[in-house]
Amino acid sequence: MTGMAAAEKSGGATEYILHHQAFLSNRQAHGIVDFTVINYDTVFFSVVLALVFFVLFWLVARKASSGVPGRVQNFIEIIVKFVDTQVRDTFHGTSRLIAPLALTIFCWIFLFNFMDLVPVDLLPAAGRGAGFEHLKVVPSTDLNATFALSLTVFILIIFYSLKMKGFVGFISEFTLQPFRVRNVFAQALLVPVNLILESVTFVARPISLALRLYGNLYAGEMIFLLLAALTLSRGLASLATVGGWLGLIAQIALALAWSIFHILVIVLQAFIFMVLTIVYLSMAHEHH
Amino acid sequence: MNINLTLIVQMIVFALLVFGTMRWIWPHILDAMEERERKIAQGLAAAEKGEQELTEARGKAEAIVREARERANQIIEHAQHLANDLVEQAKGAASSEAARIVAGAQQQIQLDTTRAKDSLRREVAGIAVGAASKLLGREIDARTHADLLDQLAAQV
Repeated sequence: MTGMAAAEKSGGATEYILHHQAFLSNRQAHGIVDFTVINYDTVFFSVVLALVFFVLFWLVARKASSGVPGRVQNFIEIIVKFVDTQVRDTFHGTSRLIAPLALTIFCWIFLFNFMDLVPVDLLPAAGRGAGFEHLKVVPSTDLNATFALSLTVFILIIFYSLKMKGFVGFISEFTLQPFRVRNVFAQALLVPVNLILESVTFVARPISLALRLYGNLYAGEMIFLLLAALTLSRGLASLATVGGWLGLIAQIALALAWSIFHILVIVLQAFIFMVLTIVYLSMAHEHH
Repeated sequence: MNINLTLIVQMIVFALLVFGTMRWIWPHILDAMEERERKIAQGLAAAEKGEQELTEARGKAEAIVREARERANQIIEHAQHLANDLVEQAKGAASSEAARIVAGAQQQIQLDTTRAKDSLRREVAGIAVGAASKLLGREIDARTHADLLDQLAAQV
């Protein structure tokens, strides 16, 4: 499949990888930010994965029994319990939103990341058969998807900060921390310093959330692409040579090893995003 | 790589998904789990209570059995006393009855003996009279005399 894809383009590894980096968009973007462009593949796969999550959980929730749970209900309950424990350990306020939010984040991001374990050329090749030139199947390798998550969380952080602490409390958190002195004049001098430090900390949250997830999954996908490129544009004829066999065996062995390791990464990244969201929202709820 | 409309669409999808989870998934699953937790807790409490009650009931039963055994022993003892008394009474009655019977029997024997003696005497007298009349009716013969006397003697 890899060989076929490359043969079609008759290009090298660079072109193969670049081809895999491109989205299925309505048009070419101009500049870094262009709101006339939309990535159909990211939207399509994230909506499908959202439905997978929602329908599975909804079917269980609809018939959830307090008696002996079935296999599926048991599995769902393990996840719910796991998320609930995380929320209860970190967040001490009362909120009807934060636990379902954490569950949604964990499951949706896990499903995003899980798409990375689907062989890199499988769905793009199928897409090409259906007439789509490009197809990126892992939504978390799209900055738009990861920033959509982190910015939504960021809006919630601001909303809850204002709701719990009021405007004055929110501003004072930016200006009276971390440096605080009794002398009013010295404090006045420290306010700009505090403001810069706290603003950077505050803005760094959604950016780090989005970039951490994106970076990990982008790198993971890149490794899969590089491993796939090991046997790029080699036909069956290459198996007549020892080198051809070695290349094939190396690709299979390395891709297997990376897939197994990647199982850890995809769960871990979903977990980190969820935990940090809970932490940030509980910080927004607490008074300092 | 660029930031585009996908960001906005994804944020809307995310918001809808969170809303859906909050409205139709999380409460139902958590309610079921909490309900089950409560049921299990109740079950465990009931089991513990039952066990406690069982222990209590066992203690009560043991006490009742012990009491019953004691009462049984008392009853047996009492009965034995009673039986002994009855046996003693019966023995006394029997011995007095026996004495009475023996006395009666002895009296009867004496009476019978006396009666027998009387009748014998009467018979002997009759025989003697008979013999005398026979003797008187025939000639005296020593030999015949001797025979009659022998007969008399044998009859007495």
